[in-house]
Amino acid sequence: MRRFSWFNATSLTVGFAFLYLPMLILIIYSFNESRLVTVWAGFSTQWYGSLLQNQSFLDAAWVTIQVAVASSTIATILGTMGAYVLVRGGRFMGRTLFSGMIYAPLVMPEVITGLSLLLLFIGIGLDRGIFTVVLAHTTFSMCFVSVVVSSRLVSFDKSLEEAALDLGCSPFDAFRLVTLPIIAPAVISGWLLAFTLSLDDLVIASFTAGPSATTLPIRIFSAVRMGVSPEINALSTIMIAIVTVGVVTASIISKRSSLAQQRDEQAAARAT
Amino acid sequence: MRRFILIAVPYLWLMALFLVPFLIVLKISLSDIALSIPPYTPQLDLTEGWSGIKAFLSQLDFENFTFLTQDPLYWRAYVSSLQIALISTVLTLLVGYPIAYAMAQAPDEWRATLLLLVILPFWTSFLIRVYSWIGILSNEGFLNQFLLWTGIISTPLTILNTNTAVYIGIVYTYLPFMILPIYSALEKMDGSLLEAAEDLGCSRLSAFWLVTVPLSKAGIVAGCFLVFIPALGEFVIPSLLGGSDTLMIGKVLWEEFFSNRDWPVASAVAVILLLILVVPIVLFQRNEQKQRELDQ
Repeated sequence: MRRFSWFNATSLTVGFAFLYLPMLILIIYSFNESRLVTVWAGFSTQWYGSLLQNQSFLDAAWVTIQVAVASSTIATILGTMGAYVLVRGGRFMGRTLFSGMIYAPLVMPEVITGLSLLLLFIGIGLDRGIFTVVLAHTTFSMCFVSVVVSSRLVSFDKSLEEAALDLGCSPFDAFRLVTLPIIAPAVISGWLLAFTLSLDDLVIASFTAGPSATTLPIRIFSAVRMGVSPEINALSTIMIAIVTVGVVTASIISKRSSLAQQRDEQAAARAT
Repeated sequence: MRRFILIAVPYLWLMALFLVPFLIVLKISLSDIALSIPPYTPQLDLTEGWSGIKAFLSQLDFENFTFLTQDPLYWRAYVSSLQIALISTVLTLLVGYPIAYAMAQAPDEWRATLLLLVILPFWTSFLIRVYSWIGILSNEGFLNQFLLWTGIISTPLTILNTNTAVYIGIVYTYLPFMILPIYSALEKMDGSLLEAAEDLGCSRLSAFWLVTVPLSKAGIVAGCFLVFIPALGEFVIPSLLGGSDTLMIGKVLWEEFFSNRDWPVASAVAVILLLILVVPIVLFQRNEQKQRELDQ
């Protein structure tokens, strides 16, 4: 039985205080009555009210959700295909280039990705708007999906697929009936990752959105440049709350399903 | 046929939206700025066939790159980005290592929760996390209020809009990227090695330096690259927390493009930034590759 030493307890306390205090302050002061964000003047929810009446924030939020849902869904399909090609595709012409193109966007500075896509869209005469942001977000997030899914594909037993093929499944059915259920958790977390990346992105969206499609991060950024405002604190609190609920729920579900899997495996082991 | 479609769809997508845009950046970095739409020359005119392509190629030159070496602004921006990225990587390591170490030493039933607590900020909006420091670091901010209240200082410190604020911002936002790889290296470590070192007469501190640190080296290297590479091209942190004298290349590129509307120079800045990044990226890939081989 291990216990915390005083040194470890201190570094954990200080470390997590550093990680969480700034967000905690943000949340507390979103309920501040005063417009002066660093002076406490009493409890109030007025900033949430004024946020919900601010049409420009609501419009931006709607644009962001549309972009995130569309881009993460396409990215999940393309990314899963990409992962399958990388892990199970065997040899084909230009495989090195393909894997390079999957990994490079992960480390590419956002300013370069944004600039290059904007120059492409202008070059081919595509009007900038929601559509171009979806194209841009899909491109970088499909690479993240590929990495997540391929790590799952590498770890699972290829002979399961081969067995399905031997038993007369078409390759597509083998994928649908055997591979997909096994990699499903990775595909889902890939989608969630792509969704979050899209929600979060400021730089690439700023380059590719044009004036007609203002996403929430672009709107927040232009507000934040003017300094701290209680409405932004309220908006941040809402976003932090959604993420916290989402991540905690996801971790509880995955813990339960891994426990259930363990039980099944133990039962199977007893049965044999 | 199915296999062909399976390969072709993601392949063509990435070609069209990753590789081709990149070649366009390269091409525009060799062009000249012009008062037209789009604001650069020469334009490739395919209707004239080969002679058009030849005329186009002969007009490309390295003028923008020469310009970058002559104007000290760019030179200083690259050096200062490297410096800021390097210093913040070292700071993130110093903050992150003890946390990762303590997590790896924690009782088993605590670990999943601690891990979740490290990952949670990573899912939270980057912009919001950077923004949260503006209220803390400003002259009337919480940090100054606190320090004045305790009597440590008598006049407010100027932190916001300085490089110090940029360091704090980078350490704060990239901390999970440092903690996670170090934690996973330390977690795999065999505790009996430390006991053996102590039995053989090592003090706890020298056992830490001689056993723990070398065994977590792969995690340290991976964490440092995961912080250094994105920090080098960072735009949001220097523009929200940094001052007007904070020079970072991501910010320079942004301003060159949006404020000066000088597309060729912005493209040249991007090409050089990428050339600088090739070295750490290749080193990082090699480190990962080595780790994968060791794990097998």
